Amino acid sequence: MSRAGKIARRTFLIGSAAIAGGVAFGVYMAKKPIPNPLLDDLKDGEAAITPFVKIDANGITLITPRADKGQGAYSIQAYLIAEELDIDPATATITPGMPRQAYYNATVLGEGVPIPAYKEGFVADTLRDFMSVPAKLLSIQMTGGSSTVPDGFDRMRLAGATARETLKEAAARRVGVARGDLRTENGAVILPDGTSIAYTDLAAEAAEIDPITNVTLRPASAWRYLGKPDLPRLDMLRKCTGTEVYGIDMEFQDMLHATVRANPAVGTAGARVDASAAEAMRGVEKILPVSNGVGVIANNTWRAFQAAEVLEIEWSAPDYPGTSDGIFAALEQALGDPDSYDHRQRDEGDVDAALEAGEIIDARYRIPYLAHAPMEPMNAVVRVLEGQVEIWTGTQIPLFIRDRAATIAGVAPEAVKVYVLPMGGSFGHRLEMTHVEQAVELALAVPGRHLKLTWSREEDMSHDYPRPASVAAGRGQVADGKVVAFDLSVSQSAMAPEWFGRLSGMSLPGPDATITTGSWDQPFAIPNYRVTGYRAPSMVPVSSWRSVGASGNGFYHDSFLDELIHAAGADPLAERILLCLHEPARKVLEAVGEMSGWDGPSMAEGRGRGVGFCMSFGVPCAQVIEVTQTEAGIRIDQVYVAVDVGEVLDPTNLEAQVFGGVIFGLGHAMNCALTYEDHAPLETNYHAYEGMRLYQAPQIEVRALSNGSRIRGVGEPAVPPAAPALANAIFAATGQRIRELPLNKHIDFV
Amino acid sequence: MKLTVNGTEHEVDVEPEMPLLWVLRDELNIKGPKYGCGIAQCGACTVHVDGMAVRSCQLPVGDLEGEVTTIEGLGTPESLHAVQAAWVAHQVAQCGYCQSGQIMQAAALLDLNPAPTDAEIDAVMSGNLCRCGTYPRIRAAIHDAAQKLSEA
Ligand code: FES
Ligand code: FES
Repeated sequence: MSRAGKIARRTFLIGSAAIAGGVAFGVYMAKKPIPNPLLDDLKDGEAAITPFVKIDANGITLITPRADKGQGAYSIQAYLIAEELDIDPATATITPGMPRQAYYNATVLGEGVPIPAYKEGFVADTLRDFMSVPAKLLSIQMTGGSSTVPDGFDRMRLAGATARETLKEAAARRVGVARGDLRTENGAVILPDGTSIAYTDLAAEAAEIDPITNVTLRPASAWRYLGKPDLPRLDMLRKCTGTEVYGIDMEFQDMLHATVRANPAVGTAGARVDASAAEAMRGVEKILPVSNGVGVIANNTWRAFQAAEVLEIEWSAPDYPGTSDGIFAALEQALGDPDSYDHRQRDEGDVDAALEAGEIIDARYRIPYLAHAPMEPMNAVVRVLEGQVEIWTGTQIPLFIRDRAATIAGVAPEAVKVYVLPMGGSFGHRLEMTHVEQAVELALAVPGRHLKLTWSREEDMSHDYPRPASVAAGRGQVADGKVVAFDLSVSQSAMAPEWFGRLSGMSLPGPDATITTGSWDQPFAIPNYRVTGYRAPSMVPVSSWRSVGASGNGFYHDSFLDELIHAAGADPLAERILLCLHEPARKVLEAVGEMSGWDGPSMAEGRGRGVGFCMSFGVPCAQVIEVTQTEAGIRIDQVYVAVDVGEVLDPTNLEAQVFGGVIFGLGHAMNCALTYEDHAPLETNYHAYEGMRLYQAPQIEVRALSNGSRIRGVGEPAVPPAAPALANAIFAATGQRIRELPLNKHIDFV
Repeated sequence: MKLTVNGTEHEVDVEPEMPLLWVLRDELNIKGPKYGCGIAQCGACTVHVDGMAVRSCQLPVGDLEGEVTTIEGLGTPESLHAVQAAWVAHQVAQCGYCQSGQIMQAAALLDLNPAPTDAEIDAVMSGNLCRCGTYPRIRAAIHDAAQKLSEA
C-alpha cells in the first residue's frame, strides 16, 4: 500500500515570516539566506522565507512554483496547499511567484540515478534523495520529468498545515482558548461557540508568533479535494472563455513586436544579410543581428513576420551531416563501435554465450527527430529599464532564464524579474531559452520599451531542439517457448549533457543515461539480459521531448520483446506477465488484459491486438490496442490503458493526461518525422507535421491503479507504450513487423 | 477602415492585406483568437463572421464582409454559451491554447447541424488541431452541448 501519508526524509523546514500587513508561510532556510530576488511585497524577514502561502488583510495568495504547460500543475499545486489549509482555492489568488532557489526540484534529478525505479530499499532511496542535493545547489527550479506532484506532495501540504495551525494558534491566543479546541473551515478559524474569525483577520497576529511546524498531515481518507472524482481544474473556466492570458497575449502600452530569423542549422552563427527591402516596409522600426540570426522590430507581429520573410540571408554551414541520410549513417556507425561505447547499466547472465546457443534473432530499429510543436509558439516580452530587466514568458526553467538574461544585459541576477505565464503546451520545448535570449538582445536596443518577440510557426519548428533521432539493434535467443537472451544496443547523440550545457554553461560528466532510459530499466527477468548505450557524435542539437529517453526506448525495448515472445511461440501478454518481476507492473499488465478481454493477439479476419508496456518515471503503464485493416488502411479501434501512479490525486485530470499521452505517442509514431536537408528540417508547419487529428483519435479507456509505493506524476508515462502497442497490433493484424517510425512510411492509416 | 467585433464598431488604420487575426490581436487587443500556424492548418484563430466559422489568419481584413464574433463575444465566464458550458463540464482543456478555436468551430457546427453524428463531428472538427490530445472529451462535449441545445 502507499506510503503517501508518511513524510519520509524531510530535507526542508516550513517556516513563516511577517509581511506588510500579514504573514507568509513556506520553505524556511534558517542558516542560509537566499541570494535571490524576493517577492515584491515580502518585507520583514524576507531573506529567510520562500513562500507557498501569503495571507494579509486583502486575501490569501497561493504560490505554485511549477509551471503549467497544460498538465494541470497550477491546479494541483493549489489543491495540495488548500487541502491542509482549509480554503476553497477558487477564492484565492494563485501565482507562480518569482523564481527562487528554494523552489528547487528535488525529484527531477532523482530519476537519473543508475538504479531502476522498480527497485526500492535503503540504497535506492538514499541515492535518489542524494540527488536532491545537486538539484538544490544547481538551483534547478524546473518543471519536468513528471515531477510536480511527487516533488510538491509533502512540501505544499506541509506549508498549508503549518499555516493552518499557526493561524489557529493566533486565534487561540486572541480569545484565550486552547488551540486544540479550535477547528478551521473555509478560510476561517472556528471558535468553540461557533464564531468564526477569518484568516485574513488573523494574519498580522500570526506573523508575531513562532510557526507551528509540528503538524501531522491528514490521511487520504480525510481529504476533501484530493482524490475526488470531479475536481474541477482551477483554470478551466478561463481556458474555455478565451480569458486565460498566455505569454503571447501580454500587452503593454506602446509595446513593440519583434520576430527573428535564425540559422536553420541551430546553434551555429554567421550570416550575411541584405535587409534593404525589409527596412522599407510599413511599421518596421529596426533590423538587428541577434545570436544565430537576425531580428526585426516592428509595430505589429504580422508586419514583423512579413519583413522577416523578405530578408535575404546567407547562412554558414555547421560541420555535421546536413541530411537525414547522413545523420542516420553516423548513428549506424556508432552503434556497436567500441570507441562510441557510453554505458551498460544492465548486464545479467552471460549474453554472449546464450546468443551462441542457436540461430540469433536479429532486428534493427530506427526513430526520427521529432519537433515539440506546442500550439503556442515561443515568445517572450522583455523590458530593459535603468539596469532592471523584466521578462514575461511561459517557461519550465525560470532560474536559468534569470541568470542568462542577467549575463546578456550585464546586470546582477537580482536585477532580473521573470514573470512565468501559463503555457500553450510545451512537451519539453520550454526547457530551452533561445527565444528569451533573442528577446533580451533586441530589448536592449530599445531601452524603456516593452518588446514582444514571437517566433513564427516556421521559425518555431526549424529552431526547435528536437527529440533525438536514434537507431537500435536487438539480438536475442529463444528456447523451449521462453525468451532466454535479450541484447539491445542503442545509438544516439548525447542529449542530457548538450541540454544542460546550453542552459548552465557547465559540462555534465559521465554517461548520458537518456540513450537507454526506458530500455535498461524495465522490470523484467530474462536470464541473459543486456542493454548498451552508444554515443554518436553531436549533430542536430537535441533536447527532452515528452517522456525523454523512454519516448524511443519504449518502442525499441517493447517491440523487440514482442518479437522474441512471438518467436518463442508464447502469448504476448501472458509472457510479459510471467517475465515481470515488479508487482505493480504485473498488475497493470493484468488489468489491460481484463479490460480488453484479451484472448490472444489474433481477432476476427483483418483485425488484431497488440500489447505495449513501458515503465518510465517510476510509473508502469500498459496498453492494449485493437486495429482493423481496412481498404483505406489501418484503423485504430480501441485503446485500453492501465497505469499506476501510487496515489491518484486528481482522477479527472489523470484521465485527461493519459488520453493526451496516448494520442501524442500514437500521432507521432504514425505520422511524424523531421527530415533534414541542407541542415534544416523540411517539415516547418502543421501541414507536414500533424501529430494526430480528431478523425484518427481512437476510443481510449483508462484504469488507474494504486499499488505503487510512491506517488508519481502522469504527464509522460502514457507516451512510451503507445508506439510499440500499435506496431505490435499491426503485426497481429497483418503479419507485417514495422521497426521504423513513423509507421506511415511503411503502412497507410485511415 | 471600420469593422464590427462582438457588437462594437472599431476604426483601424492598417493595410487591407493584414489578416483579421493580427488586426484583432495587435490592433484591437482582442486576444481570444490565437496564432498557431498562420496557414489554415490548426484552427486556433477561428472566429465567426456572420455566424460562419472562419480562419482569421487567412482573411485579409480588407476582404471582411460582415460582423465578427470572437470567443469573447460567444459567452463570458459569468454567462457561458452552451458549448462553453459543456467544455467546462467535461473538463476538456489541457493547455487550452487551441480551445478558443475548437469552441468557435463547435458552436458554428451545432448552429448548422444541431445533432451531428461522430462522423460529422470528425469531418468538421479535424481542421482544428489539439497538440495536447483533448479529442475524446471534445467529442463528448459536442454531443452533450447538442443535447442541451435541443432541450432548450
Ligand atoms: S493560425 Fe489560423 S489556422 Fe492556424
Ligand atoms: S488543449 Fe493544448 S493544444 Fe489543445
